Amino acid sequence: MPGQSVGAVESQRAHFDQPLHLRSGGILPAYDLVYETYGTLNAAKSNAILVCHALSGHHHVAGHYADQPENIGWWDNIIGPGRPLDTDRFFIVGLNNLGGCHGSTGPSSINPATGKPWGAEFPIVAVNDWVHAQARLTDMLGIDSWAAVMGGSLGGMQALRWSITYPERVRNAIVIAAAPKLSAQNIAFNDVARQAILTDPDFHGGNYYEHNTRPVRGLRLARMLGHITYLSDDQMGEKFGRELRNSAFSFGFDVEFEVESYLRYQGDKFAGYFDANTYLLMTKALDYFDPSREDNDNLNTTMARSKANFLIASFTTDWRFTPARSKEIVSALLANGRNVSYAEINLNFGHDSFLMEDPHYHGVVDAYLRNIKP
Amino acid sequence: MTHTLGRPDFELIAGWIEPGHRVLDLGCGDGTLLKHLIGQRGVQGVGVEIDDANVLAAIRNGINVIQGNLERGLDEFADQAFDHVVLSRTLQTVRHTEGILREMLRVGREAVVSFPNFAYWKNLRSVLDGRMPVSEDLPFQWYDSPNVRFFTLLDFEALCDKMGLIIRERSVLDEEGNPVTSEVNFLGSLAVYRLTQNR
Repeated sequence: MPGQSVGAVESQRAHFDQPLHLRSGGILPAYDLVYETYGTLNAAKSNAILVCHALSGHHHVAGHYADQPENIGWWDNIIGPGRPLDTDRFFIVGLNNLGGCHGSTGPSSINPATGKPWGAEFPIVAVNDWVHAQARLTDMLGIDSWAAVMGGSLGGMQALRWSITYPERVRNAIVIAAAPKLSAQNIAFNDVARQAILTDPDFHGGNYYEHNTRPVRGLRLARMLGHITYLSDDQMGEKFGRELRNSAFSFGFDVEFEVESYLRYQGDKFAGYFDANTYLLMTKALDYFDPSREDNDNLNTTMARSKANFLIASFTTDWRFTPARSKEIVSALLANGRNVSYAEINLNFGHDSFLMEDPHYHGVVDAYLRNIKP
Repeated sequence: MTHTLGRPDFELIAGWIEPGHRVLDLGCGDGTLLKHLIGQRGVQGVGVEIDDANVLAAIRNGINVIQGNLERGLDEFADQAFDHVVLSRTLQTVRHTEGILREMLRVGREAVVSFPNFAYWKNLRSVLDGRMPVSEDLPFQWYDSPNVRFFTLLDFEALCDKMGLIIRERSVLDEEGNPVTSEVNFLGSLAVYRLTQNR
């Protein structure tokens, strides 16, 4: 791997007292955001890059914790000295979004009004709410405009939303493996995942915390389903094929095929640490994301409000957010004469490709960022 | 194919493009022509390129590049979005010849097309000698050539006529890049055309 890791990092917590009015009509009277930073903010505060996380991500984007060397950030391979998000040049910020379960205010946080976890009372949050909350963190850090806002999948949607909501505050938007809105099929997958959680007897209407239980079975199924859609058929075929754990069929319902073993393991692992209410909120934020809705579904009109330069990237094997969906964004930017480059990257890992380390993929991001003047 | 500045058709094309124009370069390679036009003539440029290494190089050159396959059309571009749409030394590699010419004049006011002339006398002599031509403007062996269409100036002009395309200007160059003014279909190695159509 070229370049180096940022090494040991620490997370920080910011508290915000100004109420946040949400798209759903709900209000968060106060909230915390946990975040991490890598590199050094320059004197002009012009070299900052915001990295937004996807469905199950968080603020620990790069490096490791001094007391947990195995706990490496989810996008460590792209951040560090000599890596595409070069911490010798840029000041990188990652945060956990509202509604998350990694330290920022979310359904598992204590609601000050009741002294109990928010649970089902936590308001539905939209991508634009996240962007508004991120803007307050931006103010707190003293940053007027981001050199770049960047993300993959749902993170890419936040970068896109930033460029529309705060056009003066985003100089570049890097939108990877995203879409301008979800398709019916995307929403359908999300709903099956939600149904798995909502119908788990341990869900208790979202207030499972006070029952000292968690809807682990539902969350596990949701993750297994999601995981299938993040991979490509080819990759699963190469990785697992029809391999059996034992050499012969057992004619039962226990784990037999390797792919079953893998998915169950992934489901168990995820259900062990992730909060089911957060999963529900994140999938709803995805479903509701549709910035052109306020412009009669005309994305050209929507993107006319943006002022940033754009790098859009998609992956050939991503069937969750196909290259065609990224090209919708490209087309709307071209129609407005925006500076945009688009790379369609041939990687075999489906939607998850955006997290992979690949010389060409990382080369594209690196080449784009090298032309940014902090 | 890597563009090198100083390519004679680039100089011609640059001369036809006015400052501030919107230019789409199809098969833009590493973006050399666009970089030149942006730097020297202040155009707004976008390139389309299929090859990974070229896309990376174009981004490195600070060019707006859209990765895509010309054979699948130019759907991401709106009608008449550009003043000039350039296709330099690429038409002979495209199967959907009529389709790409139509698309160029849908998204642009004017198409600028350069291509190697198969009827150039050295090419003809090579065939008469029994071998497929390899020259400055046809620099490939038959077994590794990206070219799929072999045509002459007269062939191209007949196609323009059939399609109702108007030839506004034509320049023909020899292998050294010098202008050819007589017997162009025989003495010209590379042809550059400006095309429009009635709307």
